[in-house]
Amino acid sequence: MTDAISTLGGGRPVSIHTDDAAKARLKTRYAAEMRFKWLGAGAVALAGFFLVLLLSTVVTQAWPALRMNYLMLPLDLSAAKVDPAKLDGFDFQGVINDALAAEFPDVTSRQDRRLLRGLISTGAGTFLRKDIAEDPGMLGTTVDYAVPLDDFADLYLKGLLADVGTDEAIATTVTPSGTTGDIELTFGDDAMLALARGHGATEGENGALTLTSGAASLLVALNGGTVKLTALAPGDGGTVVAKGLVIEALDSNAPAATGQAALRVIDTPESSRKISDKEIVWLDRLQSEGLTESRFNSIFFFTGASREPELAGVWGAVVGSFLTMIVTLAIAFPIGVSAAIYLEEFAPKNRLTTIIEVNINNLAAVPSIVFGLLGLAVFLNFFGLPRSAPVVGGMVLALMTLPIIIIASRASLRAVPPSIREAALGIGASKVQTVFHHVLPLAMPGIMTGTILGMAHALGETAPLLMIGMVAFIVDIPGGFTDPATILPVQIFMWADFPEPGFQQKTSAAILILLAFLVIMNAIAVILRKRFERRW
Amino acid sequence: MNIMTEAGVEQKLAQRTNEPPIKMKGEKVNVHYGEKRALFDVDLDVRENQVTALIGPSGCGKSTFLRCLNRMNDTIDIARVSGKITLDGEDVYDPKIDVVELRARVGMVFQKPNPFPKSIYENVAYGPRIHGLAKSKADLDGIVESSLKKAGLFNEVKDRLLESGTGLSGGQQQRLCIARAIAVSPEVILMDEPCSALDPIATARVEELIDELRENYTIVIVTHSMQQAARVSQRTAMFHLGYLVEEGATEKMFTNPDDKRTQDYITGRFG
Ligand SMILES: Nc1ncnc2c1ncn2[C@@H]1O[C@H](COP(=O)(O)OP(=O)(O)O)[C@@H](O)[C@H]1O
Ligand SMILES: [Mg+2]
Repeated sequence: MTDAISTLGGGRPVSIHTDDAAKARLKTRYAAEMRFKWLGAGAVALAGFFLVLLLSTVVTQAWPALRMNYLMLPLDLSAAKVDPAKLDGFDFQGVINDALAAEFPDVTSRQDRRLLRGLISTGAGTFLRKDIAEDPGMLGTTVDYAVPLDDFADLYLKGLLADVGTDEAIATTVTPSGTTGDIELTFGDDAMLALARGHGATEGENGALTLTSGAASLLVALNGGTVKLTALAPGDGGTVVAKGLVIEALDSNAPAATGQAALRVIDTPESSRKISDKEIVWLDRLQSEGLTESRFNSIFFFTGASREPELAGVWGAVVGSFLTMIVTLAIAFPIGVSAAIYLEEFAPKNRLTTIIEVNINNLAAVPSIVFGLLGLAVFLNFFGLPRSAPVVGGMVLALMTLPIIIIASRASLRAVPPSIREAALGIGASKVQTVFHHVLPLAMPGIMTGTILGMAHALGETAPLLMIGMVAFIVDIPGGFTDPATILPVQIFMWADFPEPGFQQKTSAAILILLAFLVIMNAIAVILRKRFERRW
Repeated sequence: MNIMTEAGVEQKLAQRTNEPPIKMKGEKVNVHYGEKRALFDVDLDVRENQVTALIGPSGCGKSTFLRCLNRMNDTIDIARVSGKITLDGEDVYDPKIDVVELRARVGMVFQKPNPFPKSIYENVAYGPRIHGLAKSKADLDGIVESSLKKAGLFNEVKDRLLESGTGLSGGQQQRLCIARAIAVSPEVILMDEPCSALDPIATARVEELIDELRENYTIVIVTHSMQQAARVSQRTAMFHLGYLVEEGATEKMFTNPDDKRTQDYITGRFG
């Protein structure tokens, strides 16, 4: 036929689309496609990996903060102790401390009593006062009351304090010389010496070893008590004689058979730990007696800020965020949508509107801290509005959200097909009727989606609010738009800065709450979009 | 047969005088889109209770002229209209004329069916409601029903008036749009290629409808189909490159046009 097609050996005709060069071209095209596909898949996988990593870190960190350990103590609130007429100046913490001391009759020295009291949160008395105020029926009797524990006690019980060791049975007999005070323990073999050496004991004369405060703690539990070893020396006939201090009185000085005594090694020296050997022993005792109870952490969810980790709650920040968002929405939504409608439907297309348009787009790209500076200079310094107040925070965030809402609203107004406008105008609807009866309802899902995304953006914003003082430490839960308040991201920012390990979990838990809010808002946006998607 | 007898001329004159009165009149209508001129001194009369068809190749200005009649061109920023267009002798571009009232009197049906994404009932009721034509709910129901009946749609949709208008078939949608236009009781109905998006059966229904509507309304229709123009219209105007080439009784336009371009166009030599 033509010269473009020649037949080779009676097979398929070869043309410029089937010859070898064409096949090679085709191959490189497919290769390019594959490369691109794999690059894309890789990018998505990487993003997914980091997302999972982020979420799992936050969730595992946050999980323990959702529960908290309480101490169930019988509180004597009889009239002899608590005078119902004089509740105002009453030392509620004292009642709790007394009840705790009653559990530990052996603990008598001032120093130890103070240490013991430290197991309980300093805010426990406040909770008790509040509960009594709510339920005066508690007075006059002895009630079992859940006392919140101090943050370190709580962390210990949750097993979150690193390196506190576990009990292991001792494979020999142990004979105590007494039940309290400084006693001697005789071990049936010398395995203990090697063990103490391995844990930083100081060598003395004749193979004697001393366990100073810089060494690991060796705690021996036997006969219902606990002894902390202070020194060891080889004894007669391959035994080891250890000197020790009784932390918890023994029931008797009878020898403990092989496997009856247990040894616990805590490698971190007591001096560099946040929780002492005594506290560990006391907490173990309370736990084994079933006096501790892990409950839903209502303190975290329903109280305001505090400098004590176990008392710090997120509710104040949640309320602050909520109030701020209301102000933001109330300002940004009507103004943003009105501006979008005017620019899209009514404004003449001229130099001025073009400049306005460009600048709205530019505003969306302004760093948020600049809006904070603006709020500081204008709202606080010029108009004299209150510092740290949700109303000012809301105004600043509204300024930030406005361009986002305007741009999203204009886009969805523009997406309404012109045929709808023509239809309305064609039967004599005025311009305003056309917009409000037909165009706006169709654009509304898009507008709402844009608004919610803008609000989600504002909800996570920290920097501009630091500028207007919403970073202040506010204990009270804000009751109105002009009360001092803080907001979730700022609260997270502050907690992340505190050194106490108790705040680490709270930080993660607060992040989780913030993420939950964002997910909910985004889900609403998606639902709205799906729900009101219209065909025309 | 170019030579006319005396009797023939007389008959023609009589016919002239019998012609219905002029409803709308365009005089030296010019339209510019920015720098581009789309219509050149168009003079065209639209007579009462007649169907006037506008034909011509794409881009010749048919829609542009049609949209001048109810000032839909006002919605295009760059469009400028000059010349004079009257409705019952009143200049529609007079600043004293209210466009909302004008569009209530001169309704429009578009090329692509464009019902509101609302119920069938709402589609028809919207116009009467904004113009305050119904005194009561029953009144409005009556207007909706009669409009749907006039548009030949009532029997098909009477059981689903509250369902969405966009769920109807293309032909039904277009008849719904006609019902919507009728519902405000216009005097003139403008139709811009109302059947171009419809299948032949739906087209036939709409054509039938147009013929029925002629009794009560004055209709101007833009069409691409010569057969359609021949079937439904009494008068035809041929546009070309923004000029009105020729205008006259449909029968004459299709059998014996004066202008060579009309001849070429209707015989399919360009278009
Ligand atoms: N909105 C517009 N903006 C600019 N030019 C337009 C616009 N509408 C129509 N025109 C131009 O005017 C001329 C006539 O268009 P139109 O009246 O739509 O033709 P048709 O006879 O096909 O309906 C065309 O050249 C078209 O390009
Ligand atoms: Mg057209």
